[in-house]
Amino acid sequence: MNELAIQVRGLVKTFPGREGPVHAVQGLDLDVHRGECFGLLGPNGAGKTTTVEIIEGLSAPTSGDVEVLGRRWNDHPTEIRQRIGVTLQETRFPEKATVNEMVRLFRSFYDQGLEDGEVLKRVALEGKANAFIETLSGGQQRRLAVALALVGDPELLFLDEPTTGLDPQSRLQLQDVIRELQGRGRTTVLTTHYMDEAERLCDRVAVIDQGKVIALGSPSELISRLGGEHIIEFALDRTGERLPASTFQSIDGVLTAHDRQDGYELTVAEPHHALPRLLAQIETMSRQLERLTTRHVSLEDVFVSLTGRHLRDNDEGEAKTPTRGRRKRGRARS
Amino acid sequence: MTQSLKHLYFARLREFYRQPARVFWVYGFPIILALVLGLAFKNKPPEKVLVTIADGPGSTALATTLQSEDAQKGRPGRPPVEIETKPLTEALKRLRTGKATLVIEPLTSGGVSYHYDPTRPEAGIARAAADDILQRAAGRTDSLRSTEVEVTEPGSRYIDFLIPGLIGLNIMGGGLWGIGFFLVNMRIGKLLKRFAATPMPRHNYLLALVGSRLTFLVPDVAVLLLLGVLAFKMPISGNPFLIALVVLVGALAFVGIGMLVASRAQSTETVSGLMNLVMMPMWLLSGVFFSTDRYPKEMQPLIQALPLTQLTSALRAVIIEGAGIATVWPSILILAAWALVTFFLALRFFRWT
Repeated sequence: MNELAIQVRGLVKTFPGREGPVHAVQGLDLDVHRGECFGLLGPNGAGKTTTVEIIEGLSAPTSGDVEVLGRRWNDHPTEIRQRIGVTLQETRFPEKATVNEMVRLFRSFYDQGLEDGEVLKRVALEGKANAFIETLSGGQQRRLAVALALVGDPELLFLDEPTTGLDPQSRLQLQDVIRELQGRGRTTVLTTHYMDEAERLCDRVAVIDQGKVIALGSPSELISRLGGEHIIEFALDRTGERLPASTFQSIDGVLTAHDRQDGYELTVAEPHHALPRLLAQIETMSRQLERLTTRHVSLEDVFVSLTGRHLRDNDEGEAKTPTRGRRKRGRARS
Repeated sequence: MTQSLKHLYFARLREFYRQPARVFWVYGFPIILALVLGLAFKNKPPEKVLVTIADGPGSTALATTLQSEDAQKGRPGRPPVEIETKPLTEALKRLRTGKATLVIEPLTSGGVSYHYDPTRPEAGIARAAADDILQRAAGRTDSLRSTEVEVTEPGSRYIDFLIPGLIGLNIMGGGLWGIGFFLVNMRIGKLLKRFAATPMPRHNYLLALVGSRLTFLVPDVAVLLLLGVLAFKMPISGNPFLIALVVLVGALAFVGIGMLVASRAQSTETVSGLMNLVMMPMWLLSGVFFSTDRYPKEMQPLIQALPLTQLTSALRAVIIEGAGIATVWPSILILAAWALVTFFLALRFFRWT
């Protein structure tokens, strides 16, 4: 039983597109161990969903090799389907069916599985058993989708962006549900573009960009690869000249220094040592601090350092960092 | 795995009857259509003829003759006569203003004179009817013996033609909307994909869909047949089992067409367009509302190849004319061919994602 839950080698998927072929996945390798929660991280269009749908047996790869629970899709499709559970990015369940009817319907597809009541309890939907699906909130519908993936008591559970588009409270609630599902040897594959979600839920993550794995490891490993675990963000007054980030590179305890839109970002291992030195240097340059914050390094920082782009740049109006910057600037001016 | 078939089947039934709007379109709409068209083309009894008698000597006798003679002979098939008596000047004024149709003025000579506008058809009818009664009363005998045969029997009226047509139309709509549109909506909602990710045997899904469609057929057809029998006294002359067979094969043909139309469509716009493309020609050409004989001879091979043409004509033959399998087997064969070919193609092209 020490075999891998998922083994992917040289996966390629090319779609015919209007302007030439689209290379969604370009030679991707992946090993997912049994019992772990594995995160697939990446911006929209990175190839996460394409990869997952090939692993789920919903589409065929252009080339490459996929083994799920030690089986190949061509040889044992029904057996694999009996042993996995899937949620898709968005599924519109019939409005006029009740939660329980839907659970029973899906339960009838599996040789063995969980009881209706048990499934609903796991996703905290017991109270909604007889409610029509149209009356459920967005978060409740996602939890129903998770319940339907669980009815066959799968060894391997796929959750494709389960919390995307939910309000923060529903997201946290669903994340709690997902965390409760871990254990008992179940393997979970979670795709997400929320960094905090991956940090909270995943044992290991693969960062995917442009159809390839660009980093792989546990969230803390990836974060430590940046060298330090803390980030100091600060900005100087605008009266003096704009200094290059390298100015601060030489400060003792600073591991990396980067220019940011309206200031600087330093990676440090021990902020209580680096901070006084930074302040002293600013003092000797006779400049004024306009703002200063420190925070823990996140997977977001890992992604930025790997690609030079923010993970959620594609999300209209949702991108976290620029919004924060803008707000700060506005306050500074007033 | 029959478990999943059972669950899928009942899920589809529930999904239908919990949508009142859909229930109306399937049952309410054809009933209303049948009632409206049935009333519009209802065979009415001959209209009454209005006769105005000018007051004067002999007018009472005239009125008595017209009425008594009218009642006595029964005058089958001829218009009944209604009589009013007015002073001559007023009667003529009523005639000029169109309120009276025919004014009879008794003459002192014992005869009568008819005042009427010969360009008004009902005036000519009224004159003929009144003259007929008065001449017979005066002693005329018909030298030519004639008998009257009335052709208003149930079975040959427009409504009898219409009901089987509406049944055919409902079966077509059920197949295309109930299967085609439904499947595309399931695909858009990614529910088909979600099902494809489970170990559900895929043929069970399609079987459940066909099964539920055939179940809906029973009320679909029964409602229209009952409407015809109860509200319009439509006779059902044929073998009920043969009617059921024609309905079944016809329904399967349209289920197949519905599946084929839905096999790849990714949006409701596409499938609506395809469905209209399929249904419009049949609405017009297949003889639902009027006989296909009205179309030119050159079009007949095309028209006869359409499944709805075969379905409605076979239904009419069995229901109204009491035809047997010996007469309608070609229609059944054509419908079965449609079902087989479209099923085969639909399964070949069908996309779950």
